[in-house]
Order: sequence, then structure tokens, then C-alpha cells
Amino acid sequence: MLAVLHGAGGGNPSAGHEPGRQARGVVEDARERIAAALDRSPHEVVLTSGGTEADQLAVVGTVRAAVEEGRGRHVVCSTVEHPAVRDAVGWLADEGVAEVTWVGPDGLAPIDPGAVTAALRTETVLVAVTGADGEVGVLQRSHELADVCRARGVALHSDVVQRVATVAPPATGSLAVSGHKLGTPVGIGAAVLPRDVAVAPVVPGPGQERGLRSGTQPTALSLALATALELAVAEREEHAARCRDLTGLLAAALDDLDGVRPTIAAEAPHRLASHLHLQLDGVDGEALATALDQAGVAAATGTACATGSAAASPALAAYGVDADAVLRCSVGRETTAEEVEVAADRITDVVSTLRARGGGFL
Amino acid sequence: MTTDAARTGTERVLVALSGGVDSAVAAALLVDAGHDVTGVHLRLADTDPQVLGQGCCGLDDAQDARRTAQVLGIPFHVWDLRDVFRREVREPFAADYAAGATPNPCVTCNERVKVGAVLRRATALGHDALATGHHARIEVGDDGRSVLRRAADRAKDQSYVLHVHGPDELARLRTPVGDLTKAEVRDLAAERGLRVATKPDSHDICFIPDGDTAGHLADELPAAPGEVVDLDGTVLGEHEGVWRFTVGQRRGLGLQHHEPRFVVDLDPDEQRVVVGPRAALATRWIEVGPVVWQAEAAQVAGQAVHVQVRAHGRPRRGRITPTGDGTARVEVDEPFHGVAVGQRCVVYDDRDDVVLAGGRITAAERPLLPTV
Repeated sequence: MLAVLHGAGGGNPSAGHEPGRQARGVVEDARERIAAALDRSPHEVVLTSGGTEADQLAVVGTVRAAVEEGRGRHVVCSTVEHPAVRDAVGWLADEGVAEVTWVGPDGLAPIDPGAVTAALRTETVLVAVTGADGEVGVLQRSHELADVCRARGVALHSDVVQRVATVAPPATGSLAVSGHKLGTPVGIGAAVLPRDVAVAPVVPGPGQERGLRSGTQPTALSLALATALELAVAEREEHAARCRDLTGLLAAALDDLDGVRPTIAAEAPHRLASHLHLQLDGVDGEALATALDQAGVAAATGTACATGSAAASPALAAYGVDADAVLRCSVGRETTAEEVEVAADRITDVVSTLRARGGGFL
Repeated sequence: MTTDAARTGTERVLVALSGGVDSAVAAALLVDAGHDVTGVHLRLADTDPQVLGQGCCGLDDAQDARRTAQVLGIPFHVWDLRDVFRREVREPFAADYAAGATPNPCVTCNERVKVGAVLRRATALGHDALATGHHARIEVGDDGRSVLRRAADRAKDQSYVLHVHGPDELARLRTPVGDLTKAEVRDLAAERGLRVATKPDSHDICFIPDGDTAGHLADELPAAPGEVVDLDGTVLGEHEGVWRFTVGQRRGLGLQHHEPRFVVDLDPDEQRVVVGPRAALATRWIEVGPVVWQAEAAQVAGQAVHVQVRAHGRPRRGRITPTGDGTARVEVDEPFHGVAVGQRCVVYDDRDDVVLAGGRITAAERPLLPTV
């Protein structure tokens, strides 16, 4: 990647001269490796700025193309999507472009593929169900959903940003992946868009990426995504086992603390291995987040929104989670068992202290 | 007395960063003094990110607050207080207007949200004090009791809106810019490269950025039509709700009258707006309650004091007398005109400097009103 930053990547990948061709060579090499890691065709890979843009392109682009072709305007979307998908679908509905059927989980479980099937209509043009949400960390039954959608001839979009490091994405349908979740610098992602489903561009422009995504391709970042994704896939099972051990260790270490419980049991098969979502009584969520930060623990209470505050989460509401506070703990490639133990000790201290002082409620 | 700037040491201070220049400089001064400072931006209302100039609730303000914390090198959090703010400030604001009163939402916000709830949470998080960008001076007297004084910059003085905090809360409140003029605050911000140095002051009620209070209330309250009557009961016109009016108001009455008419009284039970000449607004006595006493009531009773009934109104000389049950009666030598129930009455000492007491106005003299 350093060589690319210094030399070969200096040209514009879309330019016709030698430096441009060299840069394009790097981008196309990256595309092939990304495709191989996801077991897809290079022609399906569209490089984007990250997961959010990949979701936009897949969701908005697929629905708009279907509407333009007169194939229908009905969308089935889960209620536990990342805001990148949920708000894109909501926007299509608000603008009158699409009609939406929202399908939610039955409690703290994956969405029933039967419920998705029941929501399908002849004019359904897209089903959007995340591969796994990054908040509670529920692994969805993406492979079964892919089978349902393929059998019915409906496009499926799976946001696998949170899933791909530990569980394989479905073999069909569109995907969104993000580089920085796998260790690249922030600013690169990819949409996997099957060639048999029409997609319209979302942002006008010269369309460097398959006529769908405009903007000069980031040569070095493309290479970073390819490398990170290859590594993630090659070590997926080992990494998943390690994540499961570490989050299990955290759950066990917090077991003695009253009024703290994992939202999804540590041993549950539908728990995303890298995530442990906790519910806590007797402390205010926002006060807890502040106190943990002050104690040097970087945990989140929800998905980060524009202003950086932890807003009430539609996904939590969909799962029926109602606690004084929630805590989203995740582990990564660099996390060690010692760090997990330190984090558990600090969480115990912070929660105990905060409770003794009234919990920090407003 | 000890001033804020001299309170050096290592207090753990939470500073409420509104996104304005005053709180930014307050934080800077605390950092300079060696304190352990954490910044927090309070999200109080849902505002449209595309609308400019929204007091302290807009997205730009949150960004400016965050940038201030970055430049000063202090931790920063955003706390979502929208529910609390709606429950404690916005709903009572509308309810007060519907009841014919004229609330001061900034005082309510300080009392219940900014200082009340946030100070409570800050204490739970182990902070010794909460700091704000208010222009007022909080000092510790020789007896150890905290005292609230007017700001060094009299034109920017905000001691009026802090009167609801008694000595115990004041002891945990820091207002470092109270010793500075606004010009000095802006200079300090510029010296530190804070981009809020030239940011315009906010004036309006933060959740009514366009200043149209009646328009805002029309979204919150049902129409309640009634009559506009003169002091003798003569019907002069009609209106859509007493909440569209405030005592002392002259404009927007839609009356054709040979001499200026002012709103003199609002009767929400009869949905009646009573108007009269300016003389009918002359107020020499006011009833206040509940009263927050900054000084010992017994020592203040009957002494020469200064009385202020609006955030930037001219004080009058007068006296305050406790009347039991946490209430008091305030008399002034020179009348106020247009004192409304719901406004705050703040009593300063004989030098018009130190806050002695204050509270909500529950009644005021209406000399020509026949029904009182």
C-alpha cells in the first residue's frame, strides 16, 4: 500500500495515460481480490466511500431502477436495519417512490424468513434485511432469506458490514461492506451489485464505477479493502472463535454484578460473536457512557448519530429491549483477554459508583 | 471574597458548552486554572439543521461546542436532554401562557435542566462543580456562603436568570466569564483560535428561533376565542386566545381607539383580554413565591433594596417583606409598568449588586382594574 501511495497509485485510474493505467491496474487488482473474498464476480463489485454509501446505492438504486422499468414499487424492509438502510427506505416511502412493508423480529431472535415470505407481493422489488445488526448483535438468517428471494425472483439486500468478519455473507443478492470495520483507514467500502438486477445511479456524475458510482476511485484505499477482506475471510473461523471467547469472558466477568445481563445470551447461536450487548438497571445510559469514557473504557450505548449523542434506537425498540441503560461492547482483532478483564473491572467499578450516587438520571 | 478565576487547583469541573463564545471561554479559563475539565453539549430541542441562528440548540452549535473542546484538548460529550427539556420547560411554557401568565423559559431551564438536572448528574459522575458561560459572578463570602453578584459587564449581566439557585447550588456552580466584559471574552476566544470568537450573540428563546412566540404557541395550544374588553367591560374586539397576549403588550391588539391601549389583565377562565391606558399598568407592589433566599430573610426584610422584574429591565428602589409560606411582598418607590404574573422578580442589595432573593411573580398591583 505504501508503494501505491508513493508511486503507482499517483495517476487517476480513469485517465488514459501510463500513470493512470498503472493506478487502474491497482484498482482492478483490488476489485478481483474483493470479489474473490466474497465469492462473487469482479463485475459485481462497486467501490464506494463506505458502508453507508454502499447501502444507499443498493437500496435506492435498485428501487429506482425497478420503478423506472415499471416492475413495481413495493419494498420489504426489516425494522432492525442500520440507519443507512432504514432511512434510505424511509426516504423512498416519504417521497412516494416506494411502498414499504416493515417486518420486525418476534422478540430477541432473528427475523423469521416466513414473515418475510408472507410480506412479499407480486410487485415486491426489494427485500432488505441486515446480515447482523451492530447494536444488539443478532445474526440474521441471511442464507435462508437469500433462498426465499431467489425462489421468488426478488432482489435481496444484505448489509453485512458487521457480519462479514465472523460469518459468511449470503451467496446471492446485493451486499454492503465497509473497510474500517476490518481495519482499513476510514473511507472505503464496496457494494456488491449482481448483474442480473438493474440499479440506477443515486448521485449524478461521470460514473467511474460501472456507471453507477461517480468519483475518482481511491487507489490506495481500494487495495487496503482488498487486503483486509482477504485476511478477514482467510481467518474468519479462527477470529470468530476468538471473539466468542472474549465476549464470553466479558459476560462471565460481569455475571456477579447485579442488574446487568446480556441481551443475547453469550452462548446463543444467533449472537454475533464480536458483540456483547448488555442491559443495565439502576444507571442512566448517557451518564454511564460518560462515566465509562472517563474511566478509559470506549463502549457505545447505541449507533453514533450525527451529533454524537446516543439517540433512542428503533432497532432496540424492535427487539423489545427496555432497560435503564444499554451497553454495546465489541471486540476486534487487536483485543486481548487482559483488556477484556480490565474493561470488566472498570465497568463493575463505574456501575457500582454511579449507582451509589443515584445513577446519574436526569 | 474569592472569585472564580482565583479558584485554582484541581477541581473536576463539567462545563456546559452551548456552542457560544461565553461557555467556550469559560472552559478555557478553567483549563488555564489547572482544573480537570470535561465539556458537555446539551441537546435541548429538535431543530432543523438547515435553519440558521438557533440560539443553543442547533446542529452548528453542537459542532462549535465539539470543536471548542477539541481545541482546548478536553473530553467532550453530547447529552440528549430533549425529553427533559420538553417536560420541564416547553410544556410548562405553553401551560403558563394558556393560564394567562408570562413565563421566563430561560429561568425555568436553568432551574430544572441546565443547572438542576445536569448538576445532579455531574455530581453523580463525580464532578465537583458545573460551569456555564453565564455573565454573573459567584463568590464565596467570609462566612463560607456562596453569593451571586452582577457581572462585570453590566450590559450582559445574567444574574437575574440565575436567581433560582440557592447558596448550596451556587457553591457547585462556576461562572468564570462573569469577571470579564463581552469584548474581553471575544478577545480571549480569538487569541486561542476558537472559531466562536466572532459568533453572534443569541437573543431569542432557543426553541423559538424566529422570535414568533404566538406562532409557536399556536402549534402547541388549541384556539380559545374570547373578547377584548375595556376596563369598564365594554367589548372592543375579539381574540383567538389569551395565550397570544402578555400584560403590558401594546402592539397587535387590532383595536381602533382614540388613545393607546395596553393589555392590563388576562382572564383565562373567561377567555378575556382586558385593555386600558398606561396608567392602569402602574405597579407599586408585587407578590412573589416561592422565594429563593440568597441572604437571611430576617436581615433583608424592610431594608433598602433594588428590584428587577425583567432580564434586562431597569431596577427600582424598594423593600421586600417575607409573608410566610415561602412567599414575599415587594414594594417599589417608583412604579413598574407591565408587570405580568409568571415573570421573575429579583431583589438586589442596596448597591444593586448582590442578589438577595428572587421568585415567581404571583400577583401585582393593577390600580384601575375593577375586578381586583
